[in-house]
Amino acid sequence: MATALSLTHLGSLMRGVRSVDEVGADERAASLAKRSIKKASKLWALDLAVRCMDLTTLEGSDTPGKVTALCAKAIRPKPGDATIPSVAAICVYPARVADAVAHLRGSNVHVASVATAFPSGQSFLSIKVAETVEAVSAGAHEIDMVIDRGAFLSGDYQRVYDEVVAVKEACGKTHLKVILETGELGTYDAVRRASILAMAAGADFIKTSTGKVQPAATLPVSLVMMEAIRDFVRETGRQVGFKAAGGIRTSKQAIAYLVLLYETLGSDWMTPELFRLGASTLLNDVLMQIDKERTGVYQSGDYFTID
Amino acid sequence: MAISKKQSADLARQVFEYAPAPEAIDHVRIQPTYGLFIGGKMVEPHSKKRFPTINPATEKKLAEVSEADAVDVDRAVKSAARAFDSWSHLSPSRRARYLFRISRLIQERARELAVVETMDGGKPIKESRDVDIPLSAAHFFYYAGWADKLEWAFPNRKPRPLGVAGQVIPWNFPLLMLSWKIAPALAAGNTVVLKPAETTPLSAMLFAEICMQAELPPGVVNIVTGAGRTGSLVVEHPGVKKVAFTGSTEVGKLIQRALAGTGKKLTLELGGKAANIVFEDAPLDQAVEGIVNGIYFNQGHVCCAGSRLLVQESIAEPLMEKLKRRLGTLRLGDPLDKNTDIGAINSRAQLEKIQGLVESGVEEGAELYQPECKLPERGFWFPPTLFTNVSQSYRIAREEIFGPVLSVLTFRTPAEAVEKANNTPYGLSAGVWTDKGSRILWMAERLRAGVVWANTFNRFDPTSPFGGYKESGFGREGGIHGLAPYLDLN
Repeated sequence: MATALSLTHLGSLMRGVRSVDEVGADERAASLAKRSIKKASKLWALDLAVRCMDLTTLEGSDTPGKVTALCAKAIRPKPGDATIPSVAAICVYPARVADAVAHLRGSNVHVASVATAFPSGQSFLSIKVAETVEAVSAGAHEIDMVIDRGAFLSGDYQRVYDEVVAVKEACGKTHLKVILETGELGTYDAVRRASILAMAAGADFIKTSTGKVQPAATLPVSLVMMEAIRDFVRETGRQVGFKAAGGIRTSKQAIAYLVLLYETLGSDWMTPELFRLGASTLLNDVLMQIDKERTGVYQSGDYFTID
Repeated sequence: MAISKKQSADLARQVFEYAPAPEAIDHVRIQPTYGLFIGGKMVEPHSKKRFPTINPATEKKLAEVSEADAVDVDRAVKSAARAFDSWSHLSPSRRARYLFRISRLIQERARELAVVETMDGGKPIKESRDVDIPLSAAHFFYYAGWADKLEWAFPNRKPRPLGVAGQVIPWNFPLLMLSWKIAPALAAGNTVVLKPAETTPLSAMLFAEICMQAELPPGVVNIVTGAGRTGSLVVEHPGVKKVAFTGSTEVGKLIQRALAGTGKKLTLELGGKAANIVFEDAPLDQAVEGIVNGIYFNQGHVCCAGSRLLVQESIAEPLMEKLKRRLGTLRLGDPLDKNTDIGAINSRAQLEKIQGLVESGVEEGAELYQPECKLPERGFWFPPTLFTNVSQSYRIAREEIFGPVLSVLTFRTPAEAVEKANNTPYGLSAGVWTDKGSRILWMAERLRAGVVWANTFNRFDPTSPFGGYKESGFGREGGIHGLAPYLDLN
């Protein structure tokens, strides 16, 4: 499949991708952010936010102990409250995959591993592929790769495309999320172009950011990516997922992403199989808001575990 | 917690119907009856007559307002004439102070004004909250700045106020149109008699309260309510030196006829049938938003609405698909709900007019598309509507519908787009969607329309002049241009 899609004139084709009007995209995202989600629909959205969450720790200081704690939180976000679902996955560095797999065995929570010289992507293809293979064999269910932004910005679309194809091959049946790192791409036109390139190369998901670069996920960037997915589905019939990551810390933000998703891609995408929120500190705010909706009062932070 | 993809999507469909999010109305006090605002206070009408104003979303009566007769209008004009002497001689910076004060009061009472505007007119609260009221305040703020700079606005001229301005405004943007009229008139040193539309008088009554709160000298602003008859009494009163009208072309022509030979200055802002032109290189998703904003904003009750969509044939199919999908996401219903995109039609009469024109479109052979859309049982409602297969000669392509109805036509070349866009008796606005800057300028040079928007639509700003060509009227409102009709510059 990989070679069949490889095109000599990929560069000129990519420049032919339809443009995005920045002012219009910003306005549309801002207007959707004003939706007022209340009561039953808020509770439902918060529940979905938990189910679609990739609970993340990507620090140099990550230890087996830290990962153990995170896994416990992922399976049972609120101890003693069975109505709170597990999160979709935990997201760790490749070296921590085995720890996570061991602790999550028997649960529905997936293990996602970043790979391909995360977060910069500035390494050799052979190393990126090898890292992916290692992570997969350690038991990762999902791989979050980064694109080579240097190659993309220099116009070497072929290289970006080939890398995604190679990593996808290395993944085998493992789910592949492709991180565009939109904060480094500069324009919405480039975001749209990178989205289409990643999907054409075989991405199962496209993802906004590593969380290591500012700005990370924003609503307008997500809108542009969702619209690219919509067009890609229309052309090819293949459903591609979307993951927003980086800087999403509050329930209000999470709900804004769900509204954007609902009104752009529709109900079909409102499932962990096609939508993820990558976050390290969002979960407790969501739990707090769920409690608030159910009981009418806010609990102090001490009632929510801090793993 | 294992849920299959199908189940989860079903759940989404069931539950992610946004729960009602109504704007609170308990902070709003609407009085059961209103008098006329003459000489700085609310007075009982000489006519003794009152008529109801209703909420078009529920058909419930909100209040009764007075119907001004000839005596009432005469009193209002005389009060304005008396006030003119001192107001026009007031130091310009003091006039500015009053206008700034009004602007601040509009901002302070923004929530209340937004709710009243929505209840009385049927427009979604998000529009009155985010567009009507902030822009109204911005107009007063902007013209306050000009009050003491008229000689710089018109160098080497001697700008002098005209006297009493008679102003008649429509029901689609009640407070905003009031602001467009009153702010420049006052800044220039005139006094005014204003008649709001009979279906939407309440925000003008609140504005009368604001004038009192601002301690505006009595008689500088007078507001008389009533229907067309009251309007004609205002514009034909001999004490009125300047007439400003926004409304239908039909009434505009009557006014112009009536004023012929009287020496009164006149500006008219009338109907439109704007072309929204989408080229094949346009950013399509944003163009779809612009099309929706162009025709479904305020239920299409917008004189500059982009009611004719001209699409380059090569992209007609994907664009229509995107547009139809988007129509399906528009939320029609309770105008007070913060998530409502399309509110109620302003009146039964307007609803019937829209229904009539839509029927003519079907009869003439256009293809009708309406998304699945449940209309509330009470009140006046019309679903967002799209016509394809429309030819230039159909009534829906020529006549102003003033409702949420879009007629789609196609073109092949830029020259054909210009030709079709200009082929209308109107000329208020136009939109051009393309990634090519030079084409925007090329089009703008050739389109006979007062406003040409590029890659956007229905965008307003107090600094930017607005007005028409041909049967869309003459004179400009907004910007420096908006001062000139209220001044004697000779």
